[in-house]
Amino acid sequence: MTVGLFIPCYVDQFYPNAAIATLELLEKLGVEVVYPSRQTCCGQPMANSGFEHLTKKSNNLFIENFRGFDYIVAPSGSCVLHMKDHLHSGKYPNETEAMRGKVYELTEFLTDVLKVDKLKARFPHKVGLHQSCHGQRGLKLAQMSELVAPAFSKPEQLLSMVDGLELIELTRKDECCGFGGTFCVAEEAVSVKMGKDRVMDHLQHEAAYITGADMSCLMHMEGILRRQKSNVKVVHIAEILNAQEI
Amino acid sequence: MKETKDHAALAEAFNADEPRVNWHDETLWFIRQKRDKAAHTVADWELLRETASQIKHNVLSNLHDYLLQFEANAKANGIIVHWAADAAEHNRIVHEILQKHGVKQMVKSKSMLTEECHLNDYLSEHGVEVIDSDLGERIVQLAKEPPSHIVLPCIHKKKEEIGDLFHEHLGTPAGMADPQVLTEAARQHLRETFLTRRAALTGVNFAIAETGEFVICTNEGNADMGAHLADVHIACMGIEKIIPERKHLGVFLRLLARSATGQPITTYSSHFKKPREGHELHLVLVDNGRSIQLGREDFRNSLKCIRCGACMNTCPVYRRSGGHSYHAAISGPIGAILAPNLDMKKNADLPFASTLCGSCSNVCPVKIDIHDQLYKWRQVIVKEGYADTKKTLGMKAMTQAFASPTTFQLAGKAGRWFMRHVPFAVSNKMNPWYKQREMPAPPKESFGEWYLKNRKKKNE
Repeated sequence: MTVGLFIPCYVDQFYPNAAIATLELLEKLGVEVVYPSRQTCCGQPMANSGFEHLTKKSNNLFIENFRGFDYIVAPSGSCVLHMKDHLHSGKYPNETEAMRGKVYELTEFLTDVLKVDKLKARFPHKVGLHQSCHGQRGLKLAQMSELVAPAFSKPEQLLSMVDGLELIELTRKDECCGFGGTFCVAEEAVSVKMGKDRVMDHLQHEAAYITGADMSCLMHMEGILRRQKSNVKVVHIAEILNAQEI
Repeated sequence: MKETKDHAALAEAFNADEPRVNWHDETLWFIRQKRDKAAHTVADWELLRETASQIKHNVLSNLHDYLLQFEANAKANGIIVHWAADAAEHNRIVHEILQKHGVKQMVKSKSMLTEECHLNDYLSEHGVEVIDSDLGERIVQLAKEPPSHIVLPCIHKKKEEIGDLFHEHLGTPAGMADPQVLTEAARQHLRETFLTRRAALTGVNFAIAETGEFVICTNEGNADMGAHLADVHIACMGIEKIIPERKHLGVFLRLLARSATGQPITTYSSHFKKPREGHELHLVLVDNGRSIQLGREDFRNSLKCIRCGACMNTCPVYRRSGGHSYHAAISGPIGAILAPNLDMKKNADLPFASTLCGSCSNVCPVKIDIHDQLYKWRQVIVKEGYADTKKTLGMKAMTQAFASPTTFQLAGKAGRWFMRHVPFAVSNKMNPWYKQREMPAPPKESFGEWYLKNRKKKNE
């Protein structure tokens, strides 16, 4: 099985450790991983701003980079959802549909494809899990609080395999953090207020770390935490699942 | 209302008072929680939503036939049926009915349609005084404000502010903010109104094609008080309010109040079939853009809305920006997908007032894909040329850069490329990101660079 590693542009630039952890974790689980070096961005920032028609080139580039792999895995629910919903190509019409079915967010790839039931990981800290909306409500990584349906959570399932980790409860377990792509600057006031409220929920429940499957939400919350001079850190879920802390 | 300001600017003003934002958020979140509890008492809640959605799907696919069936049955019942193509015609029809009866004062129960048509302003310009009889609507009417929420019109007001308004308009003691005292004052004031008005206007929640009846849901009984005491009852409805058969009410009445306020059912679900002897019952069927929306395949489902307001209560943006920030009769997520159909230029900002979190679609009792429609409206608005030029240029530059791996890679030290190309990635006061958030610290190297050093060589 060969997996094409799809690293969101901002993770490549700002959070290489999340990407390294994703790569190492997959390798540890016996997967052959290749990182196509000509990748850039999935096109979501443009599309969510109403400019989906400008994403033709980035779509074609994505297909050229990732065709031929058994799976495409990314440490981001948001970018994966975008590809699943909006990968179209006039240039490669026959390849898009199959590719949309092969794109996986990291935690769902671990639980659903690799069927991971144990991990050699240790992270002895109090951790709050931020359920990013696109992963949760879009990819259905976890049950949504609005629905009358049985509970499940793929990220929690994996975190429960980590030695020493204490997962905290939240008052609002799946409220949006307010990042929202360009929303974070276009609607700065509401975006920040949403982020402050989300962070507060984690702080009130004494989280030492906030984790999640989307670094973009975590970047937004980290920006708020650091402005508040808080010691609480954000960490991508891959870094916890790959952690070997003593 | 300052029509010139967009959602972001109005929301920023709303956020100037953070404790008030917290209060507003918690008040509406409380209602979302009540809704969750009520939904969980129905084992087949998700099936009920699906059923309601399918019934409405059938209605929208056969609207023409159901409307004609409804009209024929309503007429046979003795209801006088009117058709209004738009808001202006609707307002004119209502005014003509009042003129015919020499009515200068009218009592009106809750009707978002009349808000959409700005009926109160129109009638007031023509010398007719309207008193809104829904308590929340009456409060915002006294405050000369539009409702901020379709079910909870004055949810943005604190009881002390309502006390001040009642002191000024209804003569309650200064500083009195006890809800029971204020409600009693409103009751006395409205009772006098009900007893003296010869015409009453109501909304319509459901109109039944099979029987020509219509149903009005209220918690205060104010629609009934108005309609039963007046000589003339005018009911106004959007053409999408039709349901095929009486038995379908069982589905919608179970969903409506649970979704709206967490009640099992509204206190009053009143059925109107025919006028009392010697009285007149008018029904105005209003299009006002609905058939255009019906023709927009991507947005057709928005017409399934039963106006429960659940999407507002759950929306993390609405709760922190207030209903008035949407500058449209219907606010919140549902308003943001309805309003661009009515005026795309004026409401071009609304589909962007969302993080696309999807909570609205999950609470919607008729399963409207609200957040997907917000995404689709964004594409339409940009294509129709209503996005601002600066944003368009920025997006084009970003697209070019992302389309070229060489540009992306040759950017040198990690973070530099991003700092130049991504709108939020600059640490200065002009940057909205940096105003209240720190920038991520750029690492020594990008993942791409790390990979070249640590894996590529091994593989080659």
